[in-house]
Amino acid sequence: MGSHGIKDQVAIVGMGCTRFAEHWDKGADLLAVEAVNDAFVSAGVDKTSVDAYWLGTALSGASGMMLSKPLELSGQPVVRVENMCATGAEALRQAAYAVACGAYDVAAAVGVEKAKDSGYQGLNAFPIPHDGSARTLTAAAMFSMAVPAYANKYNVDPAEMKRVLAEIGSKNHANGVRNVRAQFRKNVSVEEILAMPTVAGELTVMDCAGVADGAAAAIVVRAEDAHRYTDHPIYIKALSSVAGDGKGLSDPGYDYTTFREAAQCAREAYAQAGITDPRRELALAQVHDCFTITELILCEDLGFAERGAAWKDVLAGAFALDGVLPVNTDGGLKSFGHPVGASGLRMIFECWLQLRGEAGDRQLDTERGLGLTHNLGGYPGEMVSCITVLGNQLG
Amino acid sequence: MRGIIGHGAYLPRWRLDRTSIGASLGTGVGGGKGRRSVASYDEDSTTMGVEAARLALRNAPGSSPATLWFSTTAPAYLDKTNATTIHAALRLGRHVLAADAGGAVRSGVAALRTSLDGTTAALVVAADIRGGLAGGPDESAGGDGAAALLVGDEHDGPVIADYLGSASASEEFLDRWRAPGTTWSKVWEERFGERRYLELAEEAWKLGLKAAGLAPGDVTELIVAGLHGRAVRSVARRLAAPNTAVAATLDSTVGCTGAAHPFLLLSSVLERARPGAVIALVSLADGADVFFFRVTAADAPVPAVRQVSSQQAAGRIVPFGKYLAWRNQLHVEPPRRPDPVRVSAPAAGRATDWKFGFVGSRVPGSSEVRLPPAVPGADPGVVADPAPMADVLGTVATFTVDRLAYSPSPPIVFAVVDFDGGGRLPVELTDVGPDEVSIGTRVEMTFRRLSEADGVINYFWKARPLAVDESGGLA
Repeated sequence: MGSHGIKDQVAIVGMGCTRFAEHWDKGADLLAVEAVNDAFVSAGVDKTSVDAYWLGTALSGASGMMLSKPLELSGQPVVRVENMCATGAEALRQAAYAVACGAYDVAAAVGVEKAKDSGYQGLNAFPIPHDGSARTLTAAAMFSMAVPAYANKYNVDPAEMKRVLAEIGSKNHANGVRNVRAQFRKNVSVEEILAMPTVAGELTVMDCAGVADGAAAAIVVRAEDAHRYTDHPIYIKALSSVAGDGKGLSDPGYDYTTFREAAQCAREAYAQAGITDPRRELALAQVHDCFTITELILCEDLGFAERGAAWKDVLAGAFALDGVLPVNTDGGLKSFGHPVGASGLRMIFECWLQLRGEAGDRQLDTERGLGLTHNLGGYPGEMVSCITVLGNQLG
Repeated sequence: MRGIIGHGAYLPRWRLDRTSIGASLGTGVGGGKGRRSVASYDEDSTTMGVEAARLALRNAPGSSPATLWFSTTAPAYLDKTNATTIHAALRLGRHVLAADAGGAVRSGVAALRTSLDGTTAALVVAADIRGGLAGGPDESAGGDGAAALLVGDEHDGPVIADYLGSASASEEFLDRWRAPGTTWSKVWEERFGERRYLELAEEAWKLGLKAAGLAPGDVTELIVAGLHGRAVRSVARRLAAPNTAVAATLDSTVGCTGAAHPFLLLSSVLERARPGAVIALVSLADGADVFFFRVTAADAPVPAVRQVSSQQAAGRIVPFGKYLAWRNQLHVEPPRRPDPVRVSAPAAGRATDWKFGFVGSRVPGSSEVRLPPAVPGADPGVVADPAPMADVLGTVATFTVDRLAYSPSPPIVFAVVDFDGGGRLPVELTDVGPDEVSIGTRVEMTFRRLSEADGVINYFWKARPLAVDESGGLA
């Protein structure tokens, strides 16, 4: 028994990502086909040379036929993947393992979500038959409970706490301005965010990620084959996934200032990748900023900041584009919105661009050579978590 | 001797100030004085019945009724029995007969009479939501509430009021009526009904005194209950002997709670009655029903908490517009979220003890309480015990206010509640404003309706801040 990881065994050799937007004129089928065709072009392959597909979607449909029909595949396996908001990253994890074990030479991971067809704001899950006792709060309200918990535990004045969260939102919007694929490309000042009315607890609408439609895709091959497809492959260093036991909900010892699953997931990812000091070894990180408080807590759970210190790092600009560890360099869920099945692969796409030096206006110094993406699905106390670590060099 | 072995009454926390009715409608006057009780948007006759029955059982520990009667003129369901919901919430045994005796106001006292004349212990629950068209006399004079009486013999528990006898007089006449499917009643000219009720009450009174072996002067407390206010006052005047105290009808604080009102008033009198007191209960509803009781010297487990007197004094004002919205008489914009989907009958059926009884699980020897109960099999060989939590108080560990989520009356106030002795649940709060909760707020669990879809009511538990009356007792 043991978890061994597949460091440097698999490489991404092509990626595609649509613009994230309210695509009233495009369905999930068209968005998925656009993203996967861009990935084919990027890798120099076509649909017949991909041996197997994993399609991530949480809300937009069922089964692999969501992709095989619009793409008119001829008998390849396509499996739908769903793991809440970690769906897109999970699709890549499945495809990478399939290639690593030798079952396939070329595999594709596609993530897509058509979130804007429901007629309601926010995300709306399939109703599963239930006994009626589950709470019906919005995700915003569930995560908002972490705000006073964090402020109390670390003696952050409530007004200061609101400013910290606003700084995170403002930073991510500023990054999104530089990204042609982002849904919202407008600077939003800290003062503007602070002036917004609250929607859940102390969170304002500007503390919440938006909703969008979008798709992203990646082509993976064994690392030794990578240079047949591209001069700049991106190697998979770690793939880590945790499904929580949900006991945070019933455990009086859980204090809402950490996401245990994310911290567990990070330990596993760093062990696989051989990372001991993520704050100094990573060139960039895309983390699941569904709400600004989530990014703050994740910076501690993922080891980018000491416990209780992330809020000071935020105020000091540690996670800005020119900070010690830039976080959500592409604008994050804040600027992109959150088409659930696509978000993880969208984050991976940003690492792909940055680690290959193709990020244009927001290109970082990626001398460190490593990028991390993190997704979570669920709520404080009960969540799934998925981390991908990527690098532009072997070893 | 047979009699009352437990009683409890529940008044919802909200009150409508009657002077706000005319002011809101622009009619200036009308609506009367004082306040009436108002069930919250998440309460119905069933949930209030549960609360009253919980109190009655709490005041008669160890008793186990063989029958559960539920009476209301405002049933949450038709065709389907509502008493089974109460039965599930109280976690009564499978072989208890749980049945509705509902529809008409008189069904409550009919169930009481049947139970008193029976041979086994019976829990008789009545609850009502009384209203009418905006600005009308029924809206103003009505009240919402529930009361429960536990009837039995000495071997069922200490009898706190011996049942001395009863009598009834029935007659077909048109005083008050309501067509099925409508929510407000119509009444005939009130002097007609007053005349009928006076005659019927006098007739039943005489028969009842005889059956109980009493003379009129033996009655120390007279309770007269009925929706016909004028008849209630006339009958009380006519029947009361010089030494008889006439019990207050709670018109100015509660209003008339229909089928529940005779029980509510009896519970109120039993709270303060002294040993030896002879209580007459007269109910006027399509006839007259008279009951006589004598308060015993038994070491009566009088309600230590939630007396009618403290509850009626502890209400909070609900604005008239919100009252109308809660009653669906004013259509307000719903949240722009998907409507809730109906509860799955099999899923709810599998979770009856959790969903209706609020029972979690606890591994023997462990302080860890799981809410909802843990699924058996995570640790093979470990068998968890049921952990009944409905009567356990808790403390707010953290909270939030959700202005986005679906609710029949937004916003949702929500808290993580830590229960005394172990157990935690993130749960919706009720009977509370968004600015009235803080970390450390003490809460109790209350049975409520979360939502309704396709006519299916989703019952579950919420937490509500403990209310304390002026003397420091629970209200």
